[in-house]
Amino acid sequence: MAGLAAALPGALPLPGPPVRDFSSFLRPVEGGGIAMDFAVEGIDCAACIAEIEDAVEAVPGVSEARLNYTTHRLAVSWPGAPAAEPEAVFAALARIGYKAHPFESSSAEAIEAARARHLLRCLGVTGFAAMNIMLLSVSVWSGNVTDITPETRDLFHWLSALIALPACAYGGQPFFQSALRALRARALNMDVPISLGVLLALGVSVYETLHHAEHAYFDSATMLLFFLLTGRYLDHAMRRRTRAEAANLASLKADLARRIEPDGSVVAVPASAVRPGDIVLVSAGERVPVDGVVCAGAGAVDESLVSGETLPRAATVGGQLHAGSLLHDGALQIRTTAAGTGTFLEEIERLLERASTARGAYVKLADRAARLYAPVVHATAALSFAGWMLAGASLHQAVLIAVAVLIITCPCALALAVPAVQVVSAGALMRRGVLLNTGDALERLAEVDGVLFDKTGTLTLPEPSLANAGEVPADLLAVAARLALSSRHPLARAVAAAGSGSPLAQVREVPGAGLEGELDGETVRLGSPAFCGVEPPADVLDGSVMAVRWGARTALLAVRQQLRPDARATVSRLRAMGETLGILSGDRAAAVEPVARELGIADWSADLRPAGKIGELDARAERGSRVLMVGDGLNDAPALARAHVSMSPISAADVTKAQADVVFLGERLAPVAEAMAIARRARALMRQNLWIAVIYNLFAVPLAIAGLVTPLVAALAMSGSSALVTLNALRARMPERETP
Amino acid sequence: MNVLIYLLPMALGLGLAGLLAFLWSLRTGQYDDMEGAAIRVLSDDDLRRQP
Repeated sequence: MAGLAAALPGALPLPGPPVRDFSSFLRPVEGGGIAMDFAVEGIDCAACIAEIEDAVEAVPGVSEARLNYTTHRLAVSWPGAPAAEPEAVFAALARIGYKAHPFESSSAEAIEAARARHLLRCLGVTGFAAMNIMLLSVSVWSGNVTDITPETRDLFHWLSALIALPACAYGGQPFFQSALRALRARALNMDVPISLGVLLALGVSVYETLHHAEHAYFDSATMLLFFLLTGRYLDHAMRRRTRAEAANLASLKADLARRIEPDGSVVAVPASAVRPGDIVLVSAGERVPVDGVVCAGAGAVDESLVSGETLPRAATVGGQLHAGSLLHDGALQIRTTAAGTGTFLEEIERLLERASTARGAYVKLADRAARLYAPVVHATAALSFAGWMLAGASLHQAVLIAVAVLIITCPCALALAVPAVQVVSAGALMRRGVLLNTGDALERLAEVDGVLFDKTGTLTLPEPSLANAGEVPADLLAVAARLALSSRHPLARAVAAAGSGSPLAQVREVPGAGLEGELDGETVRLGSPAFCGVEPPADVLDGSVMAVRWGARTALLAVRQQLRPDARATVSRLRAMGETLGILSGDRAAAVEPVARELGIADWSADLRPAGKIGELDARAERGSRVLMVGDGLNDAPALARAHVSMSPISAADVTKAQADVVFLGERLAPVAEAMAIARRARALMRQNLWIAVIYNLFAVPLAIAGLVTPLVAALAMSGSSALVTLNALRARMPERETP
Repeated sequence: MNVLIYLLPMALGLGLAGLLAFLWSLRTGQYDDMEGAAIRVLSDDDLRRQP
């Protein structure tokens, strides 16, 4: 590579071992020492934990390495700042095959974590309070039908009050605060009836205890809070997990750029630290980290991630380059015009903004249920109070009945119905390598009736590979693969992947032509057909043609982006699920047509600009179709934001990945179909659960209005319906057994 | 009913002990990585790491 760089015009500085600066990622830890967080890619099994921790702890100087399996983050600590060598950790991880990125947790995430801990503490307090009060309540209930003395009952009620009042004051905070906020904004939310129910139940119980009554509702109030907090915590945990995933994805953006300092030295900095006007160095096989103009050097650039175009184009001095392009050969100096958040095309930025506002806010199933809920509950309680007063009951009796209605209708089951299913489904998706980027993606995914694919990098694999391995003589292919090992050129890497063996000695890279080496006294060449003395084929449709020459024998090697291995199976599975399929590509029609034909997709469009893709989506939306867009290119980002729901492979451009609702890992396309199957099942279960909650109320509310709900009945009804809904949610795991 | 004199404090004390244990486990971050904990219990790397 060094020789190649020197051979290029413009006297580029050599890309020597650059200095990497990670000081912004280091954080001090309690008790001295210093730590740094890494987001690790490719963790998929239990054995990874020990493997990674052992490898990193073997690095000299590291005092502890701890992997969080849930968030895929590794915390490494050193005894002191001088000992901290993040570089060695990256090297150790790379040796065992994991790619890591420096990770900086945002302050928003720290606030979320604190909130989750607070919810869990509230949950713990109310849980233990409910258990202890139930101990006393069961004694009272059984005593009421046998021989409890009024004095003992009063003692038990007072003890219950002693536990319930502080526990509810502490554990009810999340609801009380939210209800107050809503009331201040002159609105009603789910927390208003909850707070009202809890406070009234406690107040009435204290009043009843003071008057030596038989019944008190302390157990109902605490149990209510316990179930509601469980639902709230599950919901919060689910959103926190998707947010952690999104933050991991964002940290992949912390790729490094090699910046040329004013004094001519080369320093590697996070791409986010590059400013417009800085000059960065890119050599063959690297992605361009910023938008910019070429100011020195020349090379061939693969822009498939930017525009979907599969043929590389030449980049010369003065040419525009976009972040995400892959440099095939040569070396470039680029003067930055935009960096960090501004890296993508202005057009894409503008379209993105418009597209995401056009989609509008999606109203989640649970919110729709909650909107109906609060007015209905208040009306029912008020009506039963008025009804009993009119029927001649005492004020005391009417209040008791109204409170019983409020307690019995408190949405325990409703609060658990949706989050429980979401948590179980998200776990099932994660085990299949599908990560949710937004909280409501699951619900939107279930409503989809059509799937649109991008071609390059989505239906096809992101890396090119050898397409005609069967037609090349085996020994020639083996030699070509060994020769190719010496180059970082993407086409050479595709050839190298087709064979095995050791690299040839004394390989020379001829810029713009290919590689030359020697084996068994004969010259071996790999490169352009002209370089190998072969007539290039007349019809190059898609991808590139290389040639190999060993002595007098030659062969042509076709390298192109191939379909994902299970693309055909996935497409037919999606069709069987009743989806209409289509392809929206930015590539040439000649390249899209064969792919569409092979997959049997009749509805395809080529040569689409980002605005054109949005136009296609809008046309479908007008016909009332809800579309899932699957894409990976920068040019797909606006379309992903505009579609009803969107998916990206993990290899997608950063901007695109950030837009996608769902990201899937690996080379297979099957996660698209699996995610949809799980999402549909999850939606069915959520609806079932909501119906269970409704049916429960249909039975329980008349009982409450009739004045038949004693604390015992309330306790049974609440815990029974909550348990039923939770058990039903666990069924979201089941399709795993059907589809291995 | 004299039995209540020591049964009640005992029951409440046990409940309080459970609550304190829960709060301690929360404070020491034992709920930060629920999936990892489920898997770690099966690995015997603690034996290997001992000198």
